[in-house]
Amino acid sequence: MSELPNLIPALPEIFLALAGMALLMLGVFRKRDATRQVGHLALAAFAAAAVLALTFGGPRQVTFNGLFITDAFAVFAKLMVFGASAATLILALKWMEQENAARFEFPVLVVFAVLGMCAMISANDFLSLYMGLETQSLALYLIAAYQRDATRSTEAGLKYFVLGALASGLFLYGASLIYGFTGTTNFDSLAQGFEGAETVSPGVVVGLVFIICALAFKVSAVPFHMWTPDVYEGAPTPVTAFFSVAPKVAALALFLRVMSAPFGDLLAQWQQVIVAISVASMMLGGFAAIVQTNIKRLMAYSSIGHVGYALVGLAVGSAEGIGGVLVYMTIYLFMNVGTFAVILSMRANGRLVEGINDLSGLSKNRPVMAAALAVMMFSMAGIPPFAGFFGKFFIFKAAVDAGLIPLAVVGVLTSVVAAFYYLRIVKIIYFDEAGDQFEPMTAQARLVLGIASVFVAVFFLFPLPQIVLAADTAAKALFGG
Amino acid sequence: MTIGLTHYLTVAAILFTLGVFGIFLNRKNVIIILMSIELMLLAVNINFVAFSAFLHDLVGQIFVMFVLTVAAAEAAIGLAILVVFFRNRGSIEVEDINAMKG
Repeated sequence: MSELPNLIPALPEIFLALAGMALLMLGVFRKRDATRQVGHLALAAFAAAAVLALTFGGPRQVTFNGLFITDAFAVFAKLMVFGASAATLILALKWMEQENAARFEFPVLVVFAVLGMCAMISANDFLSLYMGLETQSLALYLIAAYQRDATRSTEAGLKYFVLGALASGLFLYGASLIYGFTGTTNFDSLAQGFEGAETVSPGVVVGLVFIICALAFKVSAVPFHMWTPDVYEGAPTPVTAFFSVAPKVAALALFLRVMSAPFGDLLAQWQQVIVAISVASMMLGGFAAIVQTNIKRLMAYSSIGHVGYALVGLAVGSAEGIGGVLVYMTIYLFMNVGTFAVILSMRANGRLVEGINDLSGLSKNRPVMAAALAVMMFSMAGIPPFAGFFGKFFIFKAAVDAGLIPLAVVGVLTSVVAAFYYLRIVKIIYFDEAGDQFEPMTAQARLVLGIASVFVAVFFLFPLPQIVLAADTAAKALFGG
Repeated sequence: MTIGLTHYLTVAAILFTLGVFGIFLNRKNVIIILMSIELMLLAVNINFVAFSAFLHDLVGQIFVMFVLTVAAAEAAIGLAILVVFFRNRGSIEVEDINAMKG
């Protein structure tokens, strides 16, 4: 008999799994509606899991026979996921109470999705990666279809399910090829096998391409983005808010780990593919968003564009690039959560609106909300001194240092295109005729929006050096430093 | 003629391609899409088992066990979503999944 594996590195995941099941039981056995209670306990669970990850995660540890890894990179990514999930859950709970859509299953599903994301971030083998990915995806399919009496929500769930299952199939086919041609599915063994290899068998390259396709699907990069606008538009707005941050950060962290840890020495094989995906995402994110009239659809294209910028950092393939991606994603998370706090508050005459034109003249009716949204839009467009500028700055600097100058030029040009539609929103808010007045924001939305806009506005003063340092340590951990 | 690794891989590749095309070319029924997804996963399983036998290594077969389990969960969730969709829309034709363009 083998002895018990070391469970300490996996404590956050174990805790979340137990918490998820306990919350499910609580929800089932409470007589009256327990949504609020379960939701608050889920928030507490995220906080506790974050503390566990910080306490036990730090130095690189591998356990469960090499299936599970924790290091500075995993801790950084997990903290982002916990923060993003908690913020969107706070917004979602209040929104669902207002809409009479509160059911306790929602926070429970979010907990399970976050569990899957953590498992994925900490995966050190294709097997554990697949299990994490599916734990996450199965929960996400369900919350996309959460409004089960709305055609659009169920349609979003169905589309997400079909294309998500296709991506899982592609991933598995790639993993099987890599297993067949190298004899292992473990990331450490793969990295050892490829170290200093001069030729790679074509089977491995084909497998790698399949895996890149699947991961590009999960981060919604072009040409695997087609589900994103429909799912973002159809899913209930708090779910869209959640989708646009937590799974995206987790999938991108996974992308970074898979490309740098096992396949780091094959940079020459995959760099071109990532460059192509990145350019296509930046272009589509810039141009397709211009014609959108629905703000949730606009945010979908905006997120495709942001993933394109983040992939520039991955294409660099060095610790500097990866550190840039982590800084970028931290900023992206705050910008998106803040913007969605506003979108969730777009409620006029007792019903929800989601057209971009419904924002017209917001500055006359709700000046504070308008100012905060304008800060978010300036930041997304990458205008200094707001945070978004620094995110793009680090990424493009890494690209230029690595000699990928054409890629950086495309990035700057497409961000000019993207600036057009972000600034158009600012123009609609400040210079158009005032429309229907929105109802006041809820306390929860105010809190989240307040924190996000302060972060974005004074980023260059206070947290910039700390975050850059933490991202740097995290990125180096990925390269065995 | 002996049946070797190549034969298994060819069958798996054909099945996988059929699964992918089943998802994209099928214009009739969502159930067929679910069947295509199963077909893809099973093709992957053939790959894993064939490689596992070829390499004399058990990892591939363990992987297959996990894939089978997850495929069952995935089918259950897919059918559940399909049922709520049918209740709203009254149809599971692929052409009727069109409330949003895209």
